[in-house]
Amino acid sequence: MKFALSWLKEHLDTSATLAEIVETLTRIGLEVEHVHDPAAQLAAFRVAHVLDAQRHPNADKLQVCMVDTGDGVPVQVVCGAPNARTGLKTVFSPPGTYIPAKKITIARGIIRGVESAGMLCSAGELDIPGDNDGIIELPETAPAGAIYAQWAGLDDPVIEINLTPNRADAAGVYGIARDLAAAGLGVLREREILPAVGKFPCPVGVTLDFAEADKHLAPFLGLRLVRGVKNGPSPKWMQERLRAIGLRPINALVDITNYLTFDRARPLHVFDAKRVNGDLVVRRAIKGESLLALDGKTHELDDTMVVICDGAGVESIAGVMGGEASGCDEETTDVLIESALWDPQNIAHTGRKLGIVTDARYRFERGVDPAFTLPGLELATQLVLDLCGGEASEPVLAGAVPCVRTVIDFPWSETRRLAGVDIAPKEAATLLERLGFTIEGDETRARVTAPSWRPDIEGKADIVEEIVRLYGVDNVPSTPLPRADGVAPAVLTLMQKRARAARRALAGQGLVEAVTWSFVSTEQAEAFGGGAAGLKLANPIAADLSDMRPSLLPGLVAAAQRNVARGLGDQALFEVGQIFLDPSDMGQRLAAAGVRRGLSGAGRHWSAKPERADAFSAREDAMTLLQALGVATSGLQIVAGGPNWWHPGRSATLQFGPKAIIGYFGELHPRTLLGLDVEGPIAAFEIILDTLPPPKSKPTKIRPKLELSDLQPLSRDFAFIVDKTAAAGDLVKAVGSADRALIVDVSVFDVYEGAGVPEGKKSVGIAVTLQPREKTLTDQEIEAIALKIVTEAGKKTGATLR
Amino acid sequence: MTDIATLEQETLRQIAEAADEAALEAVRLAALGKKGAISALLATLGKMSPEERKNEGARINLLKDKATEALAVRRAELAEQALERRLAAETLDVTLPAATSPLTRGRIHPISQVMEELSVIFADMGFAVAEGPDIESDDFNFTKLNFPEGHPAREMQDTFFLTPEAGEKKLLRTHTSPVQVRTMLAQRPPIRVICPGRVYRCDFDQTHTPMFHQVEGLVIDETTHMGHLKWVLEEFLKSFFEVKGVKLRMRPSFFPFTEPSMEVDVQCRRQGGEIRFGEGEDWMEILGCGMVHPNVLRNCGIDPDVHQGFAFGVGIDRLAMLKYGMSDLRAFFDADTRWLEHYGFRPLDFPTLAGGLSS
Repeated sequence: MKFALSWLKEHLDTSATLAEIVETLTRIGLEVEHVHDPAAQLAAFRVAHVLDAQRHPNADKLQVCMVDTGDGVPVQVVCGAPNARTGLKTVFSPPGTYIPAKKITIARGIIRGVESAGMLCSAGELDIPGDNDGIIELPETAPAGAIYAQWAGLDDPVIEINLTPNRADAAGVYGIARDLAAAGLGVLREREILPAVGKFPCPVGVTLDFAEADKHLAPFLGLRLVRGVKNGPSPKWMQERLRAIGLRPINALVDITNYLTFDRARPLHVFDAKRVNGDLVVRRAIKGESLLALDGKTHELDDTMVVICDGAGVESIAGVMGGEASGCDEETTDVLIESALWDPQNIAHTGRKLGIVTDARYRFERGVDPAFTLPGLELATQLVLDLCGGEASEPVLAGAVPCVRTVIDFPWSETRRLAGVDIAPKEAATLLERLGFTIEGDETRARVTAPSWRPDIEGKADIVEEIVRLYGVDNVPSTPLPRADGVAPAVLTLMQKRARAARRALAGQGLVEAVTWSFVSTEQAEAFGGGAAGLKLANPIAADLSDMRPSLLPGLVAAAQRNVARGLGDQALFEVGQIFLDPSDMGQRLAAAGVRRGLSGAGRHWSAKPERADAFSAREDAMTLLQALGVATSGLQIVAGGPNWWHPGRSATLQFGPKAIIGYFGELHPRTLLGLDVEGPIAAFEIILDTLPPPKSKPTKIRPKLELSDLQPLSRDFAFIVDKTAAAGDLVKAVGSADRALIVDVSVFDVYEGAGVPEGKKSVGIAVTLQPREKTLTDQEIEAIALKIVTEAGKKTGATLR
Repeated sequence: MTDIATLEQETLRQIAEAADEAALEAVRLAALGKKGAISALLATLGKMSPEERKNEGARINLLKDKATEALAVRRAELAEQALERRLAAETLDVTLPAATSPLTRGRIHPISQVMEELSVIFADMGFAVAEGPDIESDDFNFTKLNFPEGHPAREMQDTFFLTPEAGEKKLLRTHTSPVQVRTMLAQRPPIRVICPGRVYRCDFDQTHTPMFHQVEGLVIDETTHMGHLKWVLEEFLKSFFEVKGVKLRMRPSFFPFTEPSMEVDVQCRRQGGEIRFGEGEDWMEILGCGMVHPNVLRNCGIDPDVHQGFAFGVGIDRLAMLKYGMSDLRAFFDADTRWLEHYGFRPLDFPTLAGGLSS
């Protein structure tokens, strides 16, 4: 909502400065978004007189002008405009002037060898409307040296407020003036609106043709004919006000409707009476009907929309836009003025469906003042008579203005209860009355009746808001929220704690946390097991952000590839975030995933051979994560293979059983990466945090007793020969089962294939740690255990000692 | 006796001249070993008369002591020399770089860090952390929050819809307010929660991304009013920006789910591309808030004449930008590792009240 200061002052008698007005508007909830003050912006531009213009000695298209800028001494300016000529009055900007349109500051310069001390300006350079083919041409009467903006009457600041959807009443300058007056910034100029004298009955009838259940769609329509008008340009003051807020003046009749839309938040429509056939009927549109509207487009209508028709068909889309055929132009001599009430929801629906945004729709869908429907018609009639002449008919009224007033039983204590501030009932009542509320009651309670122009007022909380808004929300004293006694208790849920610990653990692994979009492309989703219809956006913002992600991996893989394209080949990224299996509440899971590409760890280093990230880097990340989350991994099974986006021979499923899968690790399938244009190989893991077993709840924090042995542990190494395809994990398990009491650790320290090992076999070096319990082990006892280890390994995995 | 004096002289000379441990050991064996010269002298004592033994015994034992001591001294000298030689050989180029630790490479995303900072601050004020799904129903995202069907307020938030399956039309939540609804439906007052999470709006330019993060706060009890709201916001912002104090400016505004509604500006100083809070003459709009609308309370089964409270909402990404100085929101979701390394946090940068939110 925009308006010029002079327009506001027509309704508000105030001595407040622009700054005070702007500050007050924001303070009472009419937030000022922008103040366009041309006088300030254009202060340096002056009226200038071109005393002499000669062709530039070195350039055909330039002229050297001697310009009187009011300082007495003529200034030399080189100008490229075709209309620069001797005797012209125009606008001059001295060196140092900032040119808003070009975002440059004028400097003294030499143009093709001739000195130039300033610039003669076009309208565009001043960011004002006008011809841009040359420099501004001013009448001869313009006094050289005058500040141009002042001389041209451009020193009327335009204020733009960010109107919240609840404040329909402030969609008009008058409403804004009322709010400012209520806030104590002046006096509202209330003028009585007298009904125009009807000289003859209106020849056009109006019918509201609605079924009983639809009557709310068009409760009331007032119409009046003014005949014998002369339609031409509207007066300068009206044109200036409209132009200042960015509206193009068209002709007096149309300008009057636009003017009242902004002045009183009362949209109106004018029909050229001679282009209207017979009486008007207001009804639901019929599917298949269409209208060539004032925006020059033909709109297809349906029965959810309300239209105004005559004998020839649809003439106007109610409350949204009029039709081209019955519009007013300079030929119009007889005009029908319409002022109506429409259903806000229906107008919003129609506007949205047709994609029409108009100042009328904006106001109707927020709710206009029903009580002003008829006064609005009178005011418009008066303006037509004043500006275009003619004589008015008696009005035709169809339907009735609903006079439903919201009455709220309001205990004055409510302000204290909700706002925490004490405002005396008397003071509160005064504030409300200034806003147009009526109050009946005593010091305790009141019946508060909302004014007709405030459809947003529904209940007690709204009244509190009105009181506090004018009192100043900023004056509400800050009050400490009572704290619970003692130390603040822990508040995070298990999943919240897991997400946090997961992030720290993975960052501790040297991975960098990414946050990627929750939506991915269909290709990405499908490549990672997603793409379900129910997880597709109906209105994606971009084709590659169309499906809710089924996994964190597509986003991470794409992120890694973007970094590769930046020349950063070694990548170690992770994300902890939501993934989507279906659109239900339960279909959302919390996952932690990581990808590594290129060299792992610290990268190339003089002290060690660089290693490429592989499935084991991913396994380390995954296992570190599980450890950090305190998940007991003794029952964890690592089963070769995974879903089809994993490399079939270099990946594994992490599970506590076939139906308790918690995630995967390994290399991603080369075909998956190829399909997404990603340069692999990429090692990755993904763990679904919701699927991890919950920690066992224990009554105390006491840990199991620590049993320490005084006897030294001892270690024995074994080199086994097994089939190349045998799983080291099975061998470790077999070795461990040889003596569950004494064997405390089994680890693989070497895997070797090649010379010295038969074809198709591999050698696996296993270190076994024995912890004697009650006494030192004798050589014979150690021998016996070693033998048992070899036997178990042989029995369960076919291993033989090397 | 001359031979003892000679032996002493000879032994001490050999000890002094021994060039290394092995030579010294040979001298020791030759003198004090089983068959050593001094040992041999000692063996002669048994055959002597007590008178002789008394005399000779003292001399021989003195010789033995002298030799033993000289051996120890020489051994220590040799050990010292050997260590010196070893040290002279043991040098390395300490300017060679060590391998970096994963702890120096890993990073926490600023959004995660700020979320943790928020939960630390609000946990202290007794707020729990509530969460809910990103895919929501129209009812929880709009209707229960007092957005009437067809009301222009719904258009304030450009909503992403999911392709409708058989059944209800789902959408991506446009704010975390549906979590407030879920909390109020699940829990009786008193309620104190913050609801952080991802939210989605169909908007993409320099200052808008189709996905961003928000934290909302909700307090419902029988006494909480706007003054408490103001205090909580002051404490929160002061603590979050880690400044001694902040000045807030509240302005009336409109949100369908609060009444009265307010926008809050925070006092700041803009200086050379930097923003400082708790000082200066400028104001920056930072969050929206208000008293929970009676219709919302009613929709969630709470009697607005008995219970009351406030709600507020603020962008987490924006808080991160204001506190840590990132200029472009889009970079948050681009996963450029150069950006993440620069703006990210180290793995052990835990925000705490005792140690401070940031280091």
